[in-house]
Amino acid sequence: MADDINNPDSGNTGKKNEEDMSTSSLAAVAAGRQSHAPATQALGVGLEARGVHAWFGDKHVLNNISLDFWPGTVTALIGPSGCGKSTFIRTLNRMHEFIPTAALAGEVLLNGEDVYAAGVDVTKIRLKVGMVFQKPNPFPSMTIAENVLAGLKLAQLKVENKDDLLEECLERAGLWKEVKDRLGTYGGSLSGGQQQRLCIARSLAVRPQVLLMDEPCSALDPGSTLKIEETIQHLSSSVTVIIVTHNMQQAARVSDYTAFFLSDGGPGEMVEVGPTSEIFSRPKDKRTENYVTGRFG
Amino acid sequence: MSTTTVKPQKPWVASPKDRVESVLVFIVAIAISAVTVAVTPMKGKLAYVALFFISYLVLDYFFNRIKRGKAAGIDSVFRAIVGMAIAIAITPIVSILAAVWQRGHKGLHLSLFTTDMHSAAPSDPIINGGLLHAIIGTGLLVAFALVISVPLGILTALYLTEIRGRFTRPIKFLVQAMSGIPSIVAGLFILAAIVYPFTKAYNGIVGSLALSILMIPTVARTSEEVLRLIPSELREAGVALGGTQWRTVAMVVVPAARSGLVTAMILGIARIAGETAPILLLTGGGDSVNTNMFHGSMGSLPFYIFSGLTTGTDESITRAWAGILVLLVFVIVLFVLARFLGNRKVGK
Repeated sequence: MADDINNPDSGNTGKKNEEDMSTSSLAAVAAGRQSHAPATQALGVGLEARGVHAWFGDKHVLNNISLDFWPGTVTALIGPSGCGKSTFIRTLNRMHEFIPTAALAGEVLLNGEDVYAAGVDVTKIRLKVGMVFQKPNPFPSMTIAENVLAGLKLAQLKVENKDDLLEECLERAGLWKEVKDRLGTYGGSLSGGQQQRLCIARSLAVRPQVLLMDEPCSALDPGSTLKIEETIQHLSSSVTVIIVTHNMQQAARVSDYTAFFLSDGGPGEMVEVGPTSEIFSRPKDKRTENYVTGRFG
Repeated sequence: MSTTTVKPQKPWVASPKDRVESVLVFIVAIAISAVTVAVTPMKGKLAYVALFFISYLVLDYFFNRIKRGKAAGIDSVFRAIVGMAIAIAITPIVSILAAVWQRGHKGLHLSLFTTDMHSAAPSDPIINGGLLHAIIGTGLLVAFALVISVPLGILTALYLTEIRGRFTRPIKFLVQAMSGIPSIVAGLFILAAIVYPFTKAYNGIVGSLALSILMIPTVARTSEEVLRLIPSELREAGVALGGTQWRTVAMVVVPAARSGLVTAMILGIARIAGETAPILLLTGGGDSVNTNMFHGSMGSLPFYIFSGLTTGTDESITRAWAGILVLLVFVIVLFVLARFLGNRKVGK
């Protein structure tokens, strides 16, 4: 894709661009952001991972991750490629089991209840924990409007006023103004950035409590990336957002909390988690500091 | 406003001089082969073609080598070989089409499509009688086979691509093996399994059953290939929106593959439209229109062609060639339709 050449967000080039970026300037970005992080948080509310391990076949890819996601916050997962960030967020809405060889240990608590408990309806979990993928994937056989409302049909939900919901979701995804006159055209006719916002709108239509974003901007140009980041800022007041990103500036710009994942060749582990401004200004772990200052990775 | 006009050019295209030179090489090669045929004992069309090919290969190689170097010379040899291979592959197809048109068009007339043969004897003039009964028969046989095969074929493909259960490998193997079943075996199977124990008579539906055996593997394999092309991101997106697997397949995967599945269906029809052996065994023939699939023998285009050619009068042979022409046009139209639908962008 030609876009990748100028794309500061695509995995490899992204890190190169960060090399001249000092810790302090990222920290400044992070500090300048109005944080939604609440001072205290009642336990048992929101999404919590408790000792999550993951395997693909015999390969242990994720080791003992425990992480809480507060409602109304944005958490960024950063770390080099292959450290298990994407695998981890896919365990949160049970997309992990979509891969035939996948296995798992540990608990993921949504509002205090384990999503992997026996008898849990997996489709209900995925309704509450929505997902936006790395590559924009609008349904090719559906129009823009049908794409946004596809979740309702897929999950057989009833809605009083579809037009209002359509407008609301596209508005929240920051796409309404651009597409309101061509809701009947196919989703594939939009640009990559618009398609990704369409996918965000599609996820919002089923009113998820949590939205997982797996490198949502890695296939997009800087302008579209900025729009998605604005969208994330708007969403974070009503939805818990968890975003995997290779772009540390993005993590600093959009997130309240940052978790740093790393694999030393074995299973991926979480090195450190904390408020984003601290991760970028006073990381506790030397490895985190090396990574955020671009000294390795 | 700028007044300079830059003309779009294509510097990489061969210049007129280059083209004249290539044509000259071609003509010299023809001349060499003609002279060789005239002065040596090698005679006949085949010698002419073979000598032309060899002399063209050699001439073109040296011409390009002298002009542009060794690599270009070898390049030209490969180009000549590929061109010759295409010519050899296309020749039989074109000559079949030419032969069918040459002999078949004499039997074409408008009432061919409006009358049947029940009041026309084999030696009657061509203008008497037609193949309405055969067209209707083939249409019905194909339609019933379609109704049986398309759901089974597509569901099999969905098992192979979406469910991917424990039996995926053996079923995939069986489907591949089934697509090699000779049509006479499919006919004999239905004869032994259904006609002898139960119906004991010619009728249309048993013919359709045998055709289904031949059609299901084609539909299943083509559908499987089409469904495999649907990116797994779409399935993941559907499931991540809270859809069950069945709803995701029905609402996202199958609609995205729609035009490809239509192509699979058409290729299946084209596979069976001209099948003769099972029809001869199971459905028989007939000279008048029979629209009852469950009773009595039924005419069809392959049977019409078969009986016309074996009857042996000049008129019946001409009628058979007209039947071949109609059948061929029908199959070609289906293939063109399949290509057209297959090339359309998904979802448009």
